[in-house]
Amino acid sequence: MDDTYDVDLQSSPKTAAPGVPVLELRDIHKSFGAVKALQGANLSLHKGQVTALVGENGAGKSTMVKTLAGLHQQDRGQVFLDGEEVSFRDPLHSREAGIAVIYQEPTMFPDLTVAENIFMGRQPVRSLRRIDRKAMHQQALELFRQLGVKIDPDRAAQGLSIADQQVVEIAKAISLNARVLIMDEPTAALSGVEVDRLFAVTRTLQERGAAVLFISHRFEEVFALADWITVMRDGAHVATSPAAELAVDEVIRQMVGRDVASLFPKQETVIGDVALEVRGLSRKGVFSDISFNVKAGEIVGLSGLVGAGRSEVARAIFGIDKYDSGEILVRNQNLKPLSPRDSMAAGLGFVPEDRRKQGLVMELNVSRNLTLTLRKKLSRFGLLTNQAEAQSTKEWARKLQIKAGAPTSPISTLSGGNQQKVVLGKWLATGPRILIIDEPTRGIDVGTKSEVHRLISELAGTGLAVLMISSELPEILGMSDRVLVMHEGMITAELSRSEATEETVMTAATGAESSGKETPA
Amino acid sequence: MLAESTRPVPVREAAPRLGFLRSWDTAIIIAVLLSIAVAAATVAGFASPRNAGFLLIDLIPILLLALPMTLIILTGEIDLSVASIAGFVSCVFGALWNAGLSLEVIVPLCLVLGAISGAVNGLLVSVLGLPSLAVTIGTLALYRGLAFVVLGDQAVTSFPRAITSGLQAKIGATGIPVWIIPVIILAIIFGIILHFTGFGRSLFAIGYSEEAARFAGIRVAQTKFWLFLVSGAVAALVGIWWTLRYGSARGDNATGLELSVIAAVLLGGVSIFGGKGNLPGVIAGVALLAILRNALQLASVPEDTLSMLTGGLLILAVVAPNAITWARTLSRHPRIT
Repeated sequence: MDDTYDVDLQSSPKTAAPGVPVLELRDIHKSFGAVKALQGANLSLHKGQVTALVGENGAGKSTMVKTLAGLHQQDRGQVFLDGEEVSFRDPLHSREAGIAVIYQEPTMFPDLTVAENIFMGRQPVRSLRRIDRKAMHQQALELFRQLGVKIDPDRAAQGLSIADQQVVEIAKAISLNARVLIMDEPTAALSGVEVDRLFAVTRTLQERGAAVLFISHRFEEVFALADWITVMRDGAHVATSPAAELAVDEVIRQMVGRDVASLFPKQETVIGDVALEVRGLSRKGVFSDISFNVKAGEIVGLSGLVGAGRSEVARAIFGIDKYDSGEILVRNQNLKPLSPRDSMAAGLGFVPEDRRKQGLVMELNVSRNLTLTLRKKLSRFGLLTNQAEAQSTKEWARKLQIKAGAPTSPISTLSGGNQQKVVLGKWLATGPRILIIDEPTRGIDVGTKSEVHRLISELAGTGLAVLMISSELPEILGMSDRVLVMHEGMITAELSRSEATEETVMTAATGAESSGKETPA
Repeated sequence: MLAESTRPVPVREAAPRLGFLRSWDTAIIIAVLLSIAVAAATVAGFASPRNAGFLLIDLIPILLLALPMTLIILTGEIDLSVASIAGFVSCVFGALWNAGLSLEVIVPLCLVLGAISGAVNGLLVSVLGLPSLAVTIGTLALYRGLAFVVLGDQAVTSFPRAITSGLQAKIGATGIPVWIIPVIILAIIFGIILHFTGFGRSLFAIGYSEEAARFAGIRVAQTKFWLFLVSGAVAALVGIWWTLRYGSARGDNATGLELSVIAAVLLGGVSIFGGKGNLPGVIAGVALLAILRNALQLASVPEDTLSMLTGGLLILAVVAPNAITWARTLSRHPRIT
């Protein structure tokens, strides 16, 4: 090696910024209504290099990808292609610029062959514009040979594994002469061997000079593949550093490093007996061996990244989904029959993740929504009247300080926060002993947010056992007496309030093998 | 006011949807009154107690079937097999009568048969999760076929006159048939179930959002199963009625009646997409359809044309709400060209 005689300005040949980036995004801003998805995002992709984009849930990674794919147009900021300013009006425009996006789960035409999928809309033709199947077959074979994979171009796309589908998409990208390849969490649904093959394919592309953007929640993959690591937080660029100079701890700090003000008051409560106990709950391919308990008066936070299986566990407990094995005990009684109705009868309440689809019937009014769980309770001699519903609605609206015009106002006229209070009220009115709350404050303005937090805290104070799922770390840390962390369907940590910090939770949530990991007792 | 409203909700926002519902109900009731007025003025013999009796008797099977159909359509499903179940039950009724069984035995048996036929629909829809449109279009053909299996192309007509004419009995000289009374009572019961019970509330919730209903602990599949079962039982009742009213049990009894029933329900303001509608509106829809058919029949309009009218009204009932919404948005946001 004659490295020592290399007097090139590039100190580290692989990771130094080499000239003009193929694609560069500068100070991108994008809002959806009141939500600021991107506020000052930067990104540079270089020829022959892999850049990893990491960040918490909601940091703006997906919005970045969609902006690059031409699905979203930025409100402000510049995009440069080979140093020249461009703007992607639509997906076609972005594709013509040589940008290809490989999604987590590609969409293919299942009844067409692999080769037909690759050359859809631009099949090689013979005379009289007949499709030249032989040429198509040959070209597909050649693409797969370059990528070093074996897929039969003449088989139907139906039944291909997700990993194979991604490879087909990559082959398609090469045939389109893509210079920039964006992979949005491609490994989320892959097995170990498949990940290795995807990495081999990616390195091949890299050697051919493609600029690759790789998004993943798994640090081992990020460090194995990337030359550069760009960290985003709250829609803004935090740092871009050579992967070789970074440690996992540092990346996590960059991802979460923000103030945790005492916005989330958890009042001290007396913690009582075990109210909900889950033992070895498993569902194939979704979650496995989930064991934990929640005690009366306790708030247990369930943290983890999107897709870790948190909501799925909650749905299984409440009886919405089935599970394969395990036990659920409610106050030492086995909750055997599986239906939301039985769970309700046993004293469970469930404020679901999707307020508009699962929590509320958006076409009905406030009163009908709030009393939907009270149909039996409010009936007298089997009859249910508007008056009974309105009376109950007024009572709960007063208790929860719901701001609504009248019980008969359409629920859609309420603000997100007040809608969420109606969902809370609908369950609190059933007099539950255990309340599962999935994303208590998603899409709620800051003011109402702390009100909801105060409410949950007060409820725990009255002896309610609360299992709170949240993607917002400050919420988890501020509210929980105990924190459970899930990663890929497993509980990877159980942390006491004092042990739980942004770093320990995030480390367990990303499955990183470093300090701070606790095994459940 | 629920609580001190720091951010008052504009009341206007609530108005369009509710206002629209009200205006549709009003429109149907005006249409009923208008058609009565026009028919009375232009069609000879329409405004007579005798004709009123005919009209009401003809209205009975459609009204009966419209009751469970309203609940089913409100949950976002449909039952196209009702007329075929009625035909099937009619044939079984005839066969059992021929076998010498008494009415006290035949009627309960027929109701059970109808309930079972409906339960088959219900099982396929709720347990297997198949779309009711496909399931009941299949059983529409199936049950009609079974009707012909039971009686072939024969008819059983040996019912005693005392029973068949008894069905036509009138209350004094008013022309109002006696048997409309239990039907009205049944309609009131359905109205109470739909509008004043927790079960009724759950139907609206299912129709608008099955997922949200499930999350609120509503047993969606079970609910649908029972609705189809009841629909089958009511269809059996109509089969029995039809047989005795016309004094004839035949394979083709009540053929095509499902079209009139669905047209009446939709005319009554029930949304084909589920969730929206009320029973008084449906009764007005049934009345409108019956009045139009009766008046046109009196005016010697051929049956083919009447069938076109029913079909046309059905389309109108589906199109009109959408067209009105569309027109409203257009008037609110005029297009700039």
